[in-house]
Amino acid sequence: MTATFIAGARIVDPASRTDAVGGVLIENGVIVDIGAKAKAPAGAAVIDGAGKTLIPGLVDMRVVIGEPGAEHKETLKSAGRAAAAGGVTTMVVMPNTDPVIDDVSLVDFIKRRGEARAGVRVLPSAALTKHLDGELMTEIGLLAEAGAVLFSNGDRPIVDSRVLRRALAYSSAFGALIAHRPEDPFLATGGVAHESALAGRMGLAGVPAAAERIYAERDCALAEITGGRLLLDMLSSAQALGPLRRAKEAGVRVHASVSIHHLTLNELELNDYRTFAKFSPPLRSEDDRQALIAGLRDGLIDVIVSGHDPRPPEEKRLPFDEAAFGASALETLLPAALGLYHAGDVPLMDVIAAMTSRPADLLGLDQGRLAKGAPADMVLIDLDAPFKFDAEKMLSKCRNTPFDGRLMQGRVVRTLVGGETVFGG
Amino acid sequence: MPITDGDTQGEVGLAPAVVRHRHLLAIDDLTRFEAEALITRAEKFIPLVEGHEKKKTDTLRGRTLINLFFENSTRTQSSFELAGKRMGADVVNMSVRSSSVAKGETLMDTAATLNAMAPDLLVVRHGASGAARLLSRKVDCSVINAGDGTHEHPTQALLDALTMKRALGRVEGLTVAICGDVLHSRVARSNVRLLSLLGANVRLISPPTLLPAGVRDWGADVFTSMKEGLPGADVVMMLRVQLERMQGGFIPSQREFFWFYGLDAEKLALTGKKTLVMHPGPMNRGVEIDSAIADDKAVSLIERQVRMGVALRMAVLEALAAHGANEGPEE
Repeated sequence: MTATFIAGARIVDPASRTDAVGGVLIENGVIVDIGAKAKAPAGAAVIDGAGKTLIPGLVDMRVVIGEPGAEHKETLKSAGRAAAAGGVTTMVVMPNTDPVIDDVSLVDFIKRRGEARAGVRVLPSAALTKHLDGELMTEIGLLAEAGAVLFSNGDRPIVDSRVLRRALAYSSAFGALIAHRPEDPFLATGGVAHESALAGRMGLAGVPAAAERIYAERDCALAEITGGRLLLDMLSSAQALGPLRRAKEAGVRVHASVSIHHLTLNELELNDYRTFAKFSPPLRSEDDRQALIAGLRDGLIDVIVSGHDPRPPEEKRLPFDEAAFGASALETLLPAALGLYHAGDVPLMDVIAAMTSRPADLLGLDQGRLAKGAPADMVLIDLDAPFKFDAEKMLSKCRNTPFDGRLMQGRVVRTLVGGETVFGG
Repeated sequence: MPITDGDTQGEVGLAPAVVRHRHLLAIDDLTRFEAEALITRAEKFIPLVEGHEKKKTDTLRGRTLINLFFENSTRTQSSFELAGKRMGADVVNMSVRSSSVAKGETLMDTAATLNAMAPDLLVVRHGASGAARLLSRKVDCSVINAGDGTHEHPTQALLDALTMKRALGRVEGLTVAICGDVLHSRVARSNVRLLSLLGANVRLISPPTLLPAGVRDWGADVFTSMKEGLPGADVVMMLRVQLERMQGGFIPSQREFFWFYGLDAEKLALTGKKTLVMHPGPMNRGVEIDSAIADDKAVSLIERQVRMGVALRMAVLEALAAHGANEGPEE
């Protein structure tokens, strides 16, 4: 078995809070030595990391694909290519496919199909309720044994508090992580934008931030009385951070994720009715964005996700009301997040942690760190390289991105999964 | 070609209004100067509309105007049709039933089809906010927004301002109370913008559930009761209660709405002065306006609004047509 050695890179590893120049030796897909003293053995393939930064491969906890059921939008293969190009080495794929991933055999299908075709690691999440209809909980224990790392009801919040309570309580026996989108669906009905003066003026129906706060309060309360592990999935508003903070301080097992779009964009993107900036939850005000950044900085928000949601032109090139939500984001997650570092908003270590060690810890994974014995999933980046993002060059099947033409900084040079180069080189 | 109707050289309104943009999608596309020029120019067309002079000109001869209506509208569509025909344009009406096919698909597909026919002016009404702007990016001709969702209806606001100017001699300094379903009203949004631009004092009176988020930043004074909002108003503009948009329980009942927010003689007296009444139509009699008011020629400008509509739209068509005929897409 040949060894691979990455020489002379700046190694940034949030798990060990390391930021130093050194080498990494990889054998059999695993990191066997790392640091300033690590040496390349004779015969090892050497990758020159000089002037580059080496970080753990990203663990993206929220990736929507079209397989099974909507392969024209995205397959595990096309998503895998996009992920590799974006430095994402582990994708947690969402259960809101067709059919819904609510059965052991479907979890198994995703696992096997991902291993065979994606090139990066694919971890299935499973539906929290049958058909995502919010009524009957799925076989959480069996699904977890089959490989589901996360349980989610997709974009459909569970209205019946008793159902969510039981799911949180039952799942606590298996230590399962429940991701739930906090949004009161009645307050959100018909809404396509952040409820604000801008949306009112544009004649767009709004989703008030209170819709998120109300459910965040409720969900935290349910986590508290059940002892379940809850992830507030894709927060968008400053208001929702209040209940999150109080719950965390009270020792409730609650965590939160935020999408890269809500950290880097605000409602002004909607100007001219740009449907590529139409998201659920909606992009909110600059004050909300700043509050989310502050939450990320002080650790209140645990994880940054891509929220990857590929949509073909026929779903996006429509009047705003009628267009689909979401953006294709696997390829923009890392450079957009590095923008937070370059802007001086969040230290590099914390930006990287929110996409590597923290999601890995939440999911109980060995990856997401650069350490002896860890899987050799890593990304070599040119941290400062400026470039103009070109949607035409995206590898995802769908190119619905709000970042087209945007100046970004921080380019993926090479992506390795289990020591194998899956992008660049 | 400008109309020659015996005006003296140099008189205001003689020449076509000049606007910078080739589309009219929202009031924000206009400067105050442009809006005033359109209104002044429209005044010159009033004798044609009212039948005092020969009814046709040939300013738009050889030009094609397409009326593309995804929502039913008798009033606006025929107003644009008449305006176009009076200026010699070839007018084609297309009513697109938005039923079986997804609406948006119809919009974009229709845009491509229409563009291939190389019209010069495209008048569009659509149920989604921003639809006219979307369309304007896909076609090579001038696009006029004849109502997009709950966003804007700029020619309605312009004709309302024209109506006020003719009835009261000015717009600047007038106090105009706009009452009713502001939330769903594109007419209200366009009017707040335009009337503020022209120097009027604008008030909005609506139950709290029918006020949009952030309405207090619009530059209008906002009231939730007629008693507080009406005193001193020169003009009361009633908005149509969008019965079809009322699912969702914004108001408890029509009769309660009429009791508190409908306009009858008693409420009109709250202004404490002679006040004129407007309504963009079509009216829900007994819901937002009492028939006795609507039909009272001494206070109601509602019929006049319709006549002004044709004249105003002639001025708009003329100004946009000055940006040139559609030469078709570049091959």
